[in-house]
Amino acid sequence: MGEGNLKKTPLHPLYSVRPGVKMVDFGGWDMPVQFANGILAEHKAVREKVGLFDVSHMGEITVKGPEALIFLDRLVTNRIAGAGIGQCIYSPMCREDGGTVDDLLVYVMGKDDYLLVVNASNTDKDFDWITGQLKAFGFDARAVNVSAQWAQLALQGPDAVKLLTPFVKDLNPGDVKYYTHAGTVKVAGIDVLLSRTGYTGEDGFELYCAAADAAALWKVLEDAGAEPCGLGARDVLRLEARLPLYGHELKDDISPLEAGIGFFVKLDKEDFNGKKVMAAQKENGIPRRVYGLEMTQAGVAREGYEVFPSGAADGSEALGKVTSGGRSPIRESFIALALLKRGSVKIGDNVEVEIRGKRKSAVIVKTPFYKRG
Amino acid sequence: MNVPENLKYTESHEWIRVEGDVAVIGITDYAQDALGDIVYVEMPDADLAVTKGDEAVNIESVKVAEAVYAPVSGAVKDINDDLEETPELINKDAYGTFIYSIAMSDPSELDGYMDAAGYKAFLEAQE
Repeated sequence: MGEGNLKKTPLHPLYSVRPGVKMVDFGGWDMPVQFANGILAEHKAVREKVGLFDVSHMGEITVKGPEALIFLDRLVTNRIAGAGIGQCIYSPMCREDGGTVDDLLVYVMGKDDYLLVVNASNTDKDFDWITGQLKAFGFDARAVNVSAQWAQLALQGPDAVKLLTPFVKDLNPGDVKYYTHAGTVKVAGIDVLLSRTGYTGEDGFELYCAAADAAALWKVLEDAGAEPCGLGARDVLRLEARLPLYGHELKDDISPLEAGIGFFVKLDKEDFNGKKVMAAQKENGIPRRVYGLEMTQAGVAREGYEVFPSGAADGSEALGKVTSGGRSPIRESFIALALLKRGSVKIGDNVEVEIRGKRKSAVIVKTPFYKRG
Repeated sequence: MNVPENLKYTESHEWIRVEGDVAVIGITDYAQDALGDIVYVEMPDADLAVTKGDEAVNIESVKVAEAVYAPVSGAVKDINDDLEETPELINKDAYGTFIYSIAMSDPSELDGYMDAAGYKAFLEAQE
């Protein structure tokens, strides 16, 4: 398996040897796809109680300096100016051609002080891109890749507040607003950057701590009843919540408008990377868009499978391809996201997904597939 | 790893229970564990003629799609209808949950398959 070459998080020694845990190469990282109880049990824990994920593979890049803010507003598509200290802002980061370099979170840490949290497998690419852009524009700011110093845990589920509260003395975690952070607080005596964020469609927190403290923090949360969860559950949870996954719904050649996250593209702000192309896409209509579909004939629509109009003859042109798919435990059905020719379908239309040479029927549905009550 | 006696085993991790001229087929405990949570089993049509090595069944888990190959030639006899609604039965009891059966046209095709001891050794060699 070449495991020797894979990167490992600070928590790897704690769980990788446990019975029943299954590890997988995820973008060069040896990560748990599931723990002993399995993906469905983990999914259920997050939807109904609380789950705990090791997401230390995510990358952290600081951007600091007098021109950090104007640089970031040039770099990413969402608006950073006007965000107060403590805000966490989700944004795509695009190239000039509108293709997506990555999607990330911008933590406003202080004046001229920002923390970018990026996708694990993109960390090096992003850092090169960001430092290259800094140089190209000549802004007075400095970017540092601090990924190796940080561990990140995600505590997700309706009981996350209840679980965390007894361990935090400085504040009530329930008072931390959605998509804000509380700065550094003590959690069970450990220094943690605490934010009310996540990637599951549930309430919850992300906890950043020093790599050396990660195992102690994990044990505290697990012993308090959080279910250890792997990347398999995380993928199903984010799919149900229709959160894009870089490499699937977002890519180097897919713009955020096509991915259906145009809300995070502020075309009315000053010039930014990709603005011209996306403004034109908006004006003329995007060529493709991500749609949700639900199978009406059983079968798992996996990435790359082609989608056809209902009853289309063999050899006819596909509408597009599935970008992510799986079984939704919450809907008890098979769901998928697919990048299709815009306007070729509307909600309620029947389509067919070609699964191993057989066309299986599906219907275009509203997304997200799941929204918490 | 659980490997019952009195079954035959393939290198692609199917088990076969021979009942006269009928081969009853499932997947091994090792296979279900490797697949993870099974969410869908795509069954062949009853009476479908199959040739040894055909992809007769597809099992979809949360993670992957895996083919189950016909270990012998013949005609599909029974399929396990319970799996349509509850495919996770395979995860719960891989040997107690058959997937389908084949009325064999040439039972001598069974000769090459492993017995329990052979399959255990095969699994150990894979570790």
